[in-house]
Amino acid sequence: MIVLEKRPQPSQAWSMATPLIAVLATMFFGGLLFLTLGKNPIEAIRTIFYDPLFGEFAFYYRPQLLVKGAPLVLIAIGLSLGFKAGIWNIGAEGQYIMGAIVGAGIGLAFYPLEAWYILPLMVIGGAFGGWIWAMIPGILKVRFGTNEILVSLMLVYVAEQLLASMSLGLLKNPEGHGFPGSRNLNDYASTNGWIDQNVGMHWGVVAALIAVIFAYILLNRHMLGFHIRLTGDAPRAAKFAGVKPARLILFTLGMSGALAGLAGLFEASGPAGQITIDFSTGYGFTAIIVAFLGRLHPVGILLAGALMALTYIGGDIAQGSLGLPAAAIQVFQGMLLFFLLAFDLLTNFRIRLASGKVA
Amino acid sequence: MTDILLSLKGLTKAYPGVVANNNVSFDIGVGEVHALLGENGAGKSTLVKMIYGLVKPDSGTMTLRGQAFTPSEPRAARADGIAMVFQHFSLFDALNVAENIALGMENPPAMRDLAMRIREVSENYGLPLDPYKTVGGLSAGERQRVEIIRCLLQDPKLLIMDEPTSVLTPQEVDILFETLRKLSSEGTAILYISHKLEEIRSLCDHATVLRLGENVGECTPADTTAREMAELMVGTELLTPERSGRDFGEVALDISGLSADAPSDFGTSLKNVHMTVRKGEVFGIGGVAGNGQDELLGVLSGETTTQADAVRLHGGPVGNLGPTARRKLGLLTAPEERLGHAAAPDMSLTENAMLTGSAREGLESNGFLKWGLAKDFADKIIKAFDVRTPGPENAARSLSGGNLQKFVIGREVLQHPEVLVVNQPTWGVDAAAAASIRQALLDLAANGAAVICISQDLDELMEISDNFAALNEGRLSAPRPTAELNVEEIGLMMGGAHGMEVSHV
Repeated sequence: MIVLEKRPQPSQAWSMATPLIAVLATMFFGGLLFLTLGKNPIEAIRTIFYDPLFGEFAFYYRPQLLVKGAPLVLIAIGLSLGFKAGIWNIGAEGQYIMGAIVGAGIGLAFYPLEAWYILPLMVIGGAFGGWIWAMIPGILKVRFGTNEILVSLMLVYVAEQLLASMSLGLLKNPEGHGFPGSRNLNDYASTNGWIDQNVGMHWGVVAALIAVIFAYILLNRHMLGFHIRLTGDAPRAAKFAGVKPARLILFTLGMSGALAGLAGLFEASGPAGQITIDFSTGYGFTAIIVAFLGRLHPVGILLAGALMALTYIGGDIAQGSLGLPAAAIQVFQGMLLFFLLAFDLLTNFRIRLASGKVA
Repeated sequence: MTDILLSLKGLTKAYPGVVANNNVSFDIGVGEVHALLGENGAGKSTLVKMIYGLVKPDSGTMTLRGQAFTPSEPRAARADGIAMVFQHFSLFDALNVAENIALGMENPPAMRDLAMRIREVSENYGLPLDPYKTVGGLSAGERQRVEIIRCLLQDPKLLIMDEPTSVLTPQEVDILFETLRKLSSEGTAILYISHKLEEIRSLCDHATVLRLGENVGECTPADTTAREMAELMVGTELLTPERSGRDFGEVALDISGLSADAPSDFGTSLKNVHMTVRKGEVFGIGGVAGNGQDELLGVLSGETTTQADAVRLHGGPVGNLGPTARRKLGLLTAPEERLGHAAAPDMSLTENAMLTGSAREGLESNGFLKWGLAKDFADKIIKAFDVRTPGPENAARSLSGGNLQKFVIGREVLQHPEVLVVNQPTWGVDAAAAASIRQALLDLAANGAAVICISQDLDELMEISDNFAALNEGRLSAPRPTAELNVEEIGLMMGGAHGMEVSHV
C-alpha cells in the first residue's frame, strides 16, 4: 500500500528538482506518444527542445523566444502577486488588450508628430489601460463582494469587442484601403517599440526583466510582499498582522492589470506593430499556466516563460518539418503542465510503501 | 477489588516516528470508575481508541470478562458493551435529539418509542432531556447529555469518557458526576480521561498515569494529593508560579460600553462590555468556550475595529485603530488558535517573528524588511522560552503545539508590551511549559504591564489572576477579586448550569 505522508516542512531539494524531473518525464512519455504516431521520438524531442536554440535555423528562432517569452513573463509576474495572496485575476487577456488599445491610441493620437516623449507616454497609457480594466473587478469585489474570477474573465470578452470596434473604427488606418487595423507603429520612430529587431529585442523584454527583479525584491524584502505571502498562507494570521484585505486586493489586481497592459502595449508597438481585430492571441491565458509552472516565484516564472516559449516554437517547427499534428503538440504541452503539478506533490509529501498487514 | 471487567496486557502501538503506547497494562473492574491520567501526547487517546476498535494494537492483548477481546471496528466494540463519549460531539444541529440518537443506531425503533426510551433513561439518570428539542438550540452541556444518553441506550458495561468536563461549568460538572456515580453503582465501569486532577480525586476509584506512552504508575486518587499526581504525570517536580506582592498602578486599558457584532454567522456578538485593567494587574476572564472569547480578543487586537472611545489605552482612544497601530502603542495580543491565526503554518519562525514583531522591534524601515534582525529576534524567543526546534528557519507547523505556543507567547512577551491580552495561553501545553508561560505572564505584570488572560482553565485563572470576570453569551460579568471567589461563585458567573434542569437523583 502506498502512503502519502505530509512532510513537517516543504522540502527545498524537491521543490528545486521537481521541475527538472517533470521535463524529463514529459520527454519520455511525449516520446512514447510520438512513437505511437509513427515518428522517431528522439528526433521529435530534439526538434522541439534543441533545434530552436542550437539547430540549423536557430538564428531565426532565438529572437522568437524573446518575442514570445517576454509578454508571458511580464503578465505572469503580475498574476503571481495576486495568486500568492489567493486573489484570482483570470482576465489578464482583457487587460492586455486594453493596455494595447490605450497605449497605441496615445501614440496614434500624436500622428504625424515625432517626439521623444511619445513612447514613454504610450507606456504609461498601456499600464493605465490594463490597470483600470483590473480595477473594475477589484472595486466590485471590495465594495460588493463579487467574485473577481468571473468579473475579470467576462471583461475579457468585453475587451475583445472593444478591440474589434477600435480596429474597425476609431483607430483604423485611414490610408489602409479598408483593412481592419491601425497604422503600423513600427513605421514611425517615435512609436516603434523595437530596440533591435534582428535579435528579438524590444522594450517589452526589458520590462519583463525589470518586473522579475521588482517582484523578487517586493516578495522577499518588502512588507507588502510579506503581507501578500502571509495572506495566501493564512488569511486570519494576515489580518492579525495588520493586513487590510481590501487594500491588498486592489494592489495585487491593479499591479497584475498594469503589467498585462504593459505587455499589450509592447506587443502592439513591437512584434505586432499595430492594433488589429485579431491582435489578442491568448498570452493572458497562457500566462496563468506560466505563473503556476514557475511556482509563483519570480525566477521560476522567468524560466517557465522561456520553457513555454520554447515548446511553442519547437512545436511549430515539429508540425512543419515532421508533420506532427497540432493536437499532438498540445497534448505534449498539456503533459508538461500535468507532470509539473503532479510532481509538485513531492515537495510537501513523501511517499512511503507501508506494509499492508495489520498487526 | 471487584471482578475484573477489562484487562489490558502489554498494549503497544507505534506510529511513524513516535511510540504512542509502549507495553501498557492495567485492569478495569466491574463498576469501577477508572481514571486515565496524562499530559497531552501521553498516549491516552490512542489507548482508548484501541479499546473502542478504532485503532489496532501492534502487540499486546485485551481480555473482556476473561474472553479475548479484539474489536475490529467500533461497531464490534459496541456490541460487546463498550461505549464512548468523545470530546468533540458528532451531532447534527438541524435535527432533534431523538433523530440524532436514531442516526447512530443499527436498528432504530419507531421515533415515538425511541423518544419514550430517551425520556425514561434520561430521567432515570438525572439528565433530563426533551427528545423533540432541536440540537442547534442546546447548550454544550445539553449536547453532552445527548451523547451520553446515546451511549446509555446501548446499556454499556464500560463507558469511556474523553475529557468530558472541558465544556462544562462547575455546576454542570456536579450534575454529570452524580450521573456517573449512579452508573457506577449499577455496575457500569467508567474509564475517565482527564488531566483535571481535582475532578479525578472526587470521582475516581483508581487512576492509571501515562507518560510518553508508558504506564508510569497507579494510585488511588482519594489518597493522593493533586500535586503528587501531577508530578507523576510530568515526571519531574513542578514549580508553582510565584507571584510577588505588588501594587497596581494607573489604569492601562479601559473598555466601556463595547458592543460588536459577531464577525461570522457562528460567532457570538459582544454586548456592552465594561472593564478596566491597571498596570501590574492580571485580569482573568473565564467562561465556557464559544461565549465571546475569540470576539473579545479580536476587538482588543484591532482585527475588529469599534468606536474609538470604546477601547482606551492609557486614556487615549484606540478602538478605531488597526493591529499595527495598536502594537506601536504597546497593546499586544496572542490569539487562541496557534496555527493560522497567531502564526502562519508554512512560514518559518523568522517570518513568524516578523509577523507581529516588525513594528516594535524595528524589523522594518520604510517598508523594507530586515531579515537579519528578525532572525535574531526569533532566536531570542527560542532561547528565552525554551522552544524545541532545530532553528528559526523551520516552518511553524513543524513545531509541536506546546512549542509553538511558547513561541507565540514569547514573541509578544519579549516585545515589552504595556498591555498584553492572551487567549488560552496554555491550551494543549504540557504542565511544565504551562507553568513557565504562567510565570512569564506574572513576571510581565510584576514589571508593570497589564495582563488580560482569557482562559477556559479555571485553575489557571485562580492561580494567576488578581481579578476575575466571566464571559457568558457575549456579556462580561462584573469583575471580582479572585482571592474572594470560590468555585461555586465562579460557576454562577459563568452562567450556572446554563438553564439546564438540575438533576434529582
